[in-house]
Amino acid sequence: MNALISTALSGVVLMFVGLFARNKQTIKFFAIAAIIIAFIANLVQYPSVELGSYTMFGMIEVSKFSVIFNAVALGSTLIYFLLSGSDFEKVGEHVADYFALIFFILAGISLASTFSNLLMLFLAIEIMSIPQYILAGSDKKNQKSNEASLKYFLMGCFSTGILLMGITLIYGSAGTFEISSLGLGAENVSPLALCGIILVAFALSFKVSAVPFHFWTPDVYDGSPTVFTSFMATVVKAGGFIAFVRLFHVGFNGGTISQHWMLILSIITALTLVLGNFTAVFQQSVKRMLAYSSIAQAGFMLFAVIAMNQMAAQGIILYAAAYSVATIGVFAVLMRMHDYTFEGFNGLAKKEPLLAFAVTVFLFSLAGIPITAGFFAKYFVLAAAIQQGHMLWLVILAVLCAAISVYYYFRVIIAMYFKQGTPVLEPVSGGFKAALILTVIIVLAMGIFPHLVIGCL
Amino acid sequence: MLTVLLILIPFIAGLIAFGLKGSGPKMLAMVASLATVATAIGAWCRLGTAPADLSFAANWIPQLGSQFKVGLDGMGMMLCLLTAIAFLLVFINIHNREYESSSSFYGLMLLSQAGLTGVFTAFDALQFYIFWELALIPVYFLCSLWGGEKRIAVTFKFFVYTFLGSLLMLVGIIYLYAQTPDHSFSWESFTTLHLGADQQNWLFWLFFVAFAIKMPVFPFHTWQPDTYEQSPTPVTMILSGIMVKMGLFGLIRWLLPVLPEGASMWTDVAIVLSIIGIIYASCIAMVQSDLKRLIAYSSIAHIGLMSAAIFSKTEQGMQGALLQMFNHGINIIGLWIIVEIIQQRLKVKNMDDLGGMAQKAPRMATFLVIISLANIGLPLTNGFVGEFLMFSGLFHYNHWFMAIAGLGIILAAVYTLNMIQKVMFGNTNALTDTTTDLQPGETLALSVVVAIILILGVYPKPILDLVSSTTAGVLKF
Repeated sequence: MNALISTALSGVVLMFVGLFARNKQTIKFFAIAAIIIAFIANLVQYPSVELGSYTMFGMIEVSKFSVIFNAVALGSTLIYFLLSGSDFEKVGEHVADYFALIFFILAGISLASTFSNLLMLFLAIEIMSIPQYILAGSDKKNQKSNEASLKYFLMGCFSTGILLMGITLIYGSAGTFEISSLGLGAENVSPLALCGIILVAFALSFKVSAVPFHFWTPDVYDGSPTVFTSFMATVVKAGGFIAFVRLFHVGFNGGTISQHWMLILSIITALTLVLGNFTAVFQQSVKRMLAYSSIAQAGFMLFAVIAMNQMAAQGIILYAAAYSVATIGVFAVLMRMHDYTFEGFNGLAKKEPLLAFAVTVFLFSLAGIPITAGFFAKYFVLAAAIQQGHMLWLVILAVLCAAISVYYYFRVIIAMYFKQGTPVLEPVSGGFKAALILTVIIVLAMGIFPHLVIGCL
Repeated sequence: MLTVLLILIPFIAGLIAFGLKGSGPKMLAMVASLATVATAIGAWCRLGTAPADLSFAANWIPQLGSQFKVGLDGMGMMLCLLTAIAFLLVFINIHNREYESSSSFYGLMLLSQAGLTGVFTAFDALQFYIFWELALIPVYFLCSLWGGEKRIAVTFKFFVYTFLGSLLMLVGIIYLYAQTPDHSFSWESFTTLHLGADQQNWLFWLFFVAFAIKMPVFPFHTWQPDTYEQSPTPVTMILSGIMVKMGLFGLIRWLLPVLPEGASMWTDVAIVLSIIGIIYASCIAMVQSDLKRLIAYSSIAHIGLMSAAIFSKTEQGMQGALLQMFNHGINIIGLWIIVEIIQQRLKVKNMDDLGGMAQKAPRMATFLVIISLANIGLPLTNGFVGEFLMFSGLFHYNHWFMAIAGLGIILAAVYTLNMIQKVMFGNTNALTDTTTDLQPGETLALSVVVAIILILGVYPKPILDLVSSTTAGVLKF
């Protein structure tokens, strides 16, 4: 709740700051201060929900789960601002507006983690999406950015329509918008509700770019200004997943209902894993590779949706944190490079050992190698699926895909360490290096002591 | 506490080594490995008197029931000792070589030592998995940074192979963990699980593939000759002397006790694969002219015999395999030291370019002959005792298996003697004329190897006594 209020207010305040601030540095400073305030305000709420959640007006339910997820989302955004905040001004004039839009997205994410009513879900998804359409097209004079924005907007509208239709059908069957009292599983499942659930599942799969609803992802991520791709591919995607997990674990649970959608989601998961990983192998540009890797990682996060137990809830939070922080880190270094191809990274280890080391740790984390955060993230989602039973084939498939992912992540490491070259990069400031070291420490700390993040859940 | 020290000394020294310059890392590595050997010997003495002192457990991730739990039993002690000695030998042998960016080289070497020791001491499955992976990463960088021409593709293949295997093992570990009543990863909980035969049936393969890739057993061996050939020789010593033992160790520590029925269901398959490996690798070794590839294939053959003996599940077979794990580690490091010396002096590793080195380097020739004979298991060398026990164990299990595996000995004699003859004897050529004999460091390292070979050849009791508790423990399951 505090997170929702503070981020929404910060967004408005930042727009005004943009009017008066002469210096772009000031705007960035304000944004970082605002995100720290939101982070603290969110954590302050933790004691009040430690023993049980509370509901407000039947619309919002604040629980431990949502508070911790918001902390992860806000914390990742803080890291994002620290690492990439100064790249905002390279995109265009309206720096304060970009920051404000990010805060609005965060407000949408806070809503997505707390909604207890289907209407709020719809609002949350829309609040998250609309600023993204703008951010994708923020590089106004660049055709690719315009194309990305338009593509994203049209496809996004389409999926929003499907989401609404699904919600309507569910309402028609259940007679309520409250997700905890839908009661779909009580008796025989009505075809109406089933259609509704499938439509909602498809719409949400679109938002988290699961195959076969992923076609917008590579083009949008590639066309958007890199600094915004970094945010869209990480924190926002995690926000989409949290809505997914909440809705399906709370709303579509109980009775036989989950059996109906579980098969569909298992197939979507399998497709996402296979297609995401195989396509990423063939990319020539690191940015596009990261776009496909984000699809592949979504496949792992989908495990948390299918496996409905406590471990899955912990897993999605840990995964969101691990994936967001590592990807933001890789993107931050990528933005320093002039050449986005794999060859552009040749010889980086000689020129900038710290940057190369940090990227290596982040890629290890994405690949899921122990003592980085990514290992326990993968561990938790896979363990949740194994505990659930009946899905061992999917787990084995996921493991094979994880081995494939090593191929494209290690291509960057091989280029940096084992190939000769003189990479061209922008000057790296001391502050950036300090933020990078901090991020590395966070990744390693989560990898050695995962209970720091999920211990209080 | 000594067990934790065994991991911590190389780990901390490795981290420090990254920051040192000049000959600093070299000195540090030497000091650290000496300290590790001393600690290992101390732990060995303690094992007889107060074995409980060697265990250490601390809560690590309470939510998961995972502990940081290390301890030493006979086999763990033997392998830690082997690790400590092997690294010391490697460091002595290369002490006057210069490596580009030596701080990273020694740092990574020490980190891999810490990872390997961690694997051999882990009594918590999750911790075992993590160390299993951690041991691999420094080695990956060592091979890719200091290896031969084709190093990048080759080591990448090596990495993906082993990573895939370990991920399958992770799935198995998670599955077993979900079955434990107390939700714990500890070795005790895993071994008291007693799963049904149908579950053990497929779980066996998740673990076996991981271990088979590491050993390597036919048909999972294809990464191995390329990697051995392309790696810098000090790293090859670690790979073939110690890392392959991780697979055998995994069989004895985890696979057989945790999945006894699964193992007995697939025993014949596993043994047949191992034996195919012995014959196949020996045949290829006979036609190799590349020195490094020859030793690589001979290693596949030896490991195949050990794995077959372990699966025979007889006391002699198990004891022999455990003893041979130690012996093979020592012998093959000895062989690699000589290869490294030849490569260093003459820059070639093809046997056809060599010849007549015994005239120029008589001491080296003596050492090579002794080590090679130990490698083919001549009586009075350490190899004989181990192989004899393994064959007798295999014989008890099935005569035919033993008979076919026994062909491996003959083939081994063929390629090993052929190698000695081509490298050391015959006429010198323009290249080998320039050879010089051993330097003091090299002599010291090889003397230690030969001393161990002869002592254990005549009196193998210390090692056999050390590992007998492990054997008895495994055969109970």
